[in-house]
Amino acid sequence: MLSGDEWQIVRLSLWVSGIAVLAALPLSVALAWLLARVRFPGKAIVDGVIHLPLVLPPVVIGWLLLIAFGLNGPIGSRLHDWFGVGFVFHWTGAALAAAIMALPLMVRAIRLSIEAVDPRLEGAARTLGAGRWRTFRTVTLPLSVPGIVAALVLGFARSLGEFGATITFAGNIPGETRTLPLAIYAQLQVPGMDAAVMRLAAMSVALSLAALVASEVLTRRGAFGAGAHVL
Amino acid sequence: MSFDIDVRLRRRDRDIGARFRSDGGLTVVTGPSGAGKTSVLMMIAGLIHPDAGHVRIGEATLFDKAARVDVPPERRRLGYVFQDARLFPHRRVLANLLYGYRLAAPGHRWMEPDQAIDFLGLGNLLDRWPRSLSGGEAQRVAIGRALLSGPRALLMDEPLGGLDPTRRDEVMRAIERIRDELRVPILYVTHDRAEATRLATHTLTLG
Repeated sequence: MLSGDEWQIVRLSLWVSGIAVLAALPLSVALAWLLARVRFPGKAIVDGVIHLPLVLPPVVIGWLLLIAFGLNGPIGSRLHDWFGVGFVFHWTGAALAAAIMALPLMVRAIRLSIEAVDPRLEGAARTLGAGRWRTFRTVTLPLSVPGIVAALVLGFARSLGEFGATITFAGNIPGETRTLPLAIYAQLQVPGMDAAVMRLAAMSVALSLAALVASEVLTRRGAFGAGAHVL
Repeated sequence: MSFDIDVRLRRRDRDIGARFRSDGGLTVVTGPSGAGKTSVLMMIAGLIHPDAGHVRIGEATLFDKAARVDVPPERRRLGYVFQDARLFPHRRVLANLLYGYRLAAPGHRWMEPDQAIDFLGLGNLLDRWPRSLSGGEAQRVAIGRALLSGPRALLMDEPLGGLDPTRRDEVMRAIERIRDELRVPILYVTHDRAEATRLATHTLTLG
């Protein structure tokens, strides 16, 4: 089975991906709601920018993150001065890169789910005394749970596989930013490490498959009442 | 308690609107389909915004274009009963009933959950999911949910629309008792003449 170092790599991958999706979730829900329910000028541009990580080369995202969140970047320098938070060569950088790469998938899943909520139910809630925010919390959000679960699992699986943006932005530091794909890449550079590569690759396949199966199972559950289906 | 309504909505092809006064009881709003009956109710409820006019119910001005009054729907205290019941599918019957009750200020509530459950015969439905209810049951729950939100009046949009004759009668009896025993002012949209004759204290024709 895996060596101690390799388990450490798996643990780091799970940790980075978990933090990434949890951090991306509130923003994803907010953006999804905005895109699903609000008309505003420049919506197409916002929609496009959110989807950029899906189509841009990840190395470009990594480079942009470096410019913005690096030690001399406009956001990175302030975060460092005010809160002492650093991203470059740090696991938080790997999590940030993974979160950005997962965001479009998460927004998409949640948006579809919010769009599937009947707006007339929201109208009914309003006439019963619920303001916009309460209507969102008590009607829209609970009815979007299947999409949110799907988004979490999808984002998690995407984060586990994140490579290009991470290695560009956070580096490939053992024990800090060296997640599964980066470790596999590193081992591939060393002759005679085929067995190690195979073990790590197998672990990648297992984790991704588990995430996808979990997403499938979770979205099929979570229905209301007998014979009900939400997705 | 009186309705003083004057709402106009400009649509691309034509104007929709209604202008009437009515002093309580059950006012049937009738007219051919497409005359904008539902839009009128939604304007009164604040779910769509009229381009002009006013909505006054009793002492309260809920909308007045000229005076720039536009009370949001959640503070209009108008119980809306939709044709399709529109129960929250993720809440059981009891939680649906209590949704508006819990949001209403204690001073605005005029009916307790036990009373409403008794009044509408909902006692054996409380643990059920909305999807498992018949059309008539769902509509009675929707009426109870609206009553418990402490409304000053009820707006009913073809509440018997999707029901078969037996269920229609069951819901119609409940509406008559609300009119006669609870004495809640009701605006009632329908295009069914028999229904209008049986329920109306006033009638108003649109279109």
